[in-house]
Amino acid sequence: MARVVSDGWLLARILRAPGEAATLDAGGWTALLAIARAEQMIGTLAWRLQGTAMPPAVARILGDARASHDHGRTLALWEAEAARRALAPLGLRVVLLKGTAFVAAGLMAGQGRSIGDLDILVPHAHLDAVEHALLAAGWEWVKPDLYDDAYYRRWMHELPPLIHRDRDRMIDVHHTILPLTARITPDAAALLANAMPLRDGVAMLSRTDVIVHAAAHLFADGDLAGGMRNLWDVHCLLREFGVEGLVERAEHHGLADAVGRAIRLAAALYGDGATLSPGDRLCLRRVTARDGWGRATRPFTRLGFYIRSHWLRMPPAMLTRHLWTKWRGAGRG
Amino acid sequence: MRDSDKNDLLYRAAPPQVLCVVPLDTFTAIYHRASGITHLVAPPVPEILTALGTAGSTLDQLIARLGDEYDLLDGDVAALAARLDELAAAGLVSTI
Amino acid sequence: MRIGPVGFRVGSDWRTPVRQLEMLYAGYPKPEDDVPDFTVRLFAARPWRRVIRPAVMLGGDFVLPDAAPLPLAQGLLAAEMAMNLQMALGQRHYLLLHASAVERDGRVLLMTGESGSGKSTLAALLSRAGWRFMGDEFALIDPATGLVHAFPRLVSLKNAAIDVVEAALPGARFGPLLEGTPKGAIRHLVPGAAAVAAMDTPGTPALLLFPRFGFAPDVRPVAPGEVFVRLTQASTNYVALGERGFDALTQLVRSIPAHAIDYPDTTTALAQVEALWRAL
Repeated sequence: MARVVSDGWLLARILRAPGEAATLDAGGWTALLAIARAEQMIGTLAWRLQGTAMPPAVARILGDARASHDHGRTLALWEAEAARRALAPLGLRVVLLKGTAFVAAGLMAGQGRSIGDLDILVPHAHLDAVEHALLAAGWEWVKPDLYDDAYYRRWMHELPPLIHRDRDRMIDVHHTILPLTARITPDAAALLANAMPLRDGVAMLSRTDVIVHAAAHLFADGDLAGGMRNLWDVHCLLREFGVEGLVERAEHHGLADAVGRAIRLAAALYGDGATLSPGDRLCLRRVTARDGWGRATRPFTRLGFYIRSHWLRMPPAMLTRHLWTKWRGAGRG
Repeated sequence: MRDSDKNDLLYRAAPPQVLCVVPLDTFTAIYHRASGITHLVAPPVPEILTALGTAGSTLDQLIARLGDEYDLLDGDVAALAARLDELAAAGLVSTI
Repeated sequence: MRIGPVGFRVGSDWRTPVRQLEMLYAGYPKPEDDVPDFTVRLFAARPWRRVIRPAVMLGGDFVLPDAAPLPLAQGLLAAEMAMNLQMALGQRHYLLLHASAVERDGRVLLMTGESGSGKSTLAALLSRAGWRFMGDEFALIDPATGLVHAFPRLVSLKNAAIDVVEAALPGARFGPLLEGTPKGAIRHLVPGAAAVAAMDTPGTPALLLFPRFGFAPDVRPVAPGEVFVRLTQASTNYVALGERGFDALTQLVRSIPAHAIDYPDTTTALAQVEALWRAL
């Protein structure tokens, strides 16, 4: 029996070609489920594998995952509605980002997707008004310490996190898609101006902007954690919307490199393959760093990306100061 | 909003496909499908929801109906309006 | 191993906890189709912590980010807690009630309450008084049928209850005595062979009790509204199950009687239980 590779590639292979699941034995299924869970993609897997032959136990587990997703979708859409009601008096529409946008628009990228917080984009000029409206409607600050709050407001692309006091769900209010300290500054006004309406008072980014955002989010906003899910988003969005006008739009935002890399990585993982640079390969190594027990592996690659991601977000002098203060504040070994 | 405007507002209860209403004892459990939230309510809320129905009524019509059908006599229009606003925020009632 | 309808696999950086689990769960079947529902991992936070002051971190499919580790001597407890965590955070098929369950003639007695209320101890004692043991931590309600499914894990006995049950159940198998845990002294009781053999047979819920240990004897009915609220507080996945959870719980609350029983000692409690059962 051929040795089944047990890292992120196993999940990618099955998502790309669900029929290949027929070759999995119990150990293979067990690893696949553990990796999918660790990458927050078990709902996606459940959707992709609908109709594929599988052992009854797996069918049960994936059936439950689909039911879970359906319920999560309901909750996410209600949060969007609550935000719409809170911001309507300001004459502002809610521009949805990420998972909530995908399910609200019924996109492929939303099928089975797990959704945590509500992410929205608002004009920078209206940030104070939005903050007050949300606080008045029952959201509260998730109390960060003083340093984090000052840092957040000055440099980040979003308000400090808010959580609703009754529903216990978080909302992230973005005013642009990359931190202000990053070396790249996308055109936030254009993102808002070109947002496409979904229904009264609710919109999402345009067909090209949504892909640009997914790419930006993957590379510049994190240490590639959650990369498998993020690249699946990119893969689905590309399938749904195509690439017309994408390169020009990416260049306008200064994110042509990020989008190019996202397209190549998504194709390598989930599509028809791509020609990869050494940097691409390193990213893929990081993204697929998961073992058959769901553990994150390849620690040195991961550490490299954590430092790199912070480097992208702030100039080196600030970085040292930030990490030092955070370390002192954490007090954990 | 002036009081007279408020009095013209039509309130209607969310339709049966949105609300799952199960009386327990004094309390009634309501599952709101659109939000996934379970509400536990006490009189006169179940009576208000039934009286409003999906056809909708104004504040005055509602008070009259509550008085006729349920013996609920509470002349405090402002209090009733406030309760209806709470129910609207939760999605159990909508205004047109 | 498989416990009731749920299969687990446990991975560990240390051999001892796994060996203990293998011994105590020896009679249990394997997960259905050899694919477990949940993965549990017991791991060391840093490589050297496997050996130096070894501390067991709880991991798996579902984790609590700030959970404190346990010393290796309590590795068995860590495994049990981690399995509870998978159920509490990840179970999406059955409605979970934080309750013990015992069955007689196809009908199920459910007992729910806070830690220390005695639901585990009473379940263990009733399992020797003609009742079939179904579980002491979680009762699984199938939303489609309303039936209670057994989940007979090791019974977690604490402090004074350990002596009581050891005395009442001579010949029963126990795990090691674990002292100095966050909850005091803990000893695990292995469910009897009959409980394991019958674990795939569900039962119809018939009576719900809210026991309270250490009070003058009293029995009071509890109204459905209050039962509903207390059970939502006793369920870790009610919200996640959405409408199915709502249907299952309202159905349960409207179909079975519920009583609060206060008792000073287990003999009184057992008598109260039998009296209420006969009155059904």
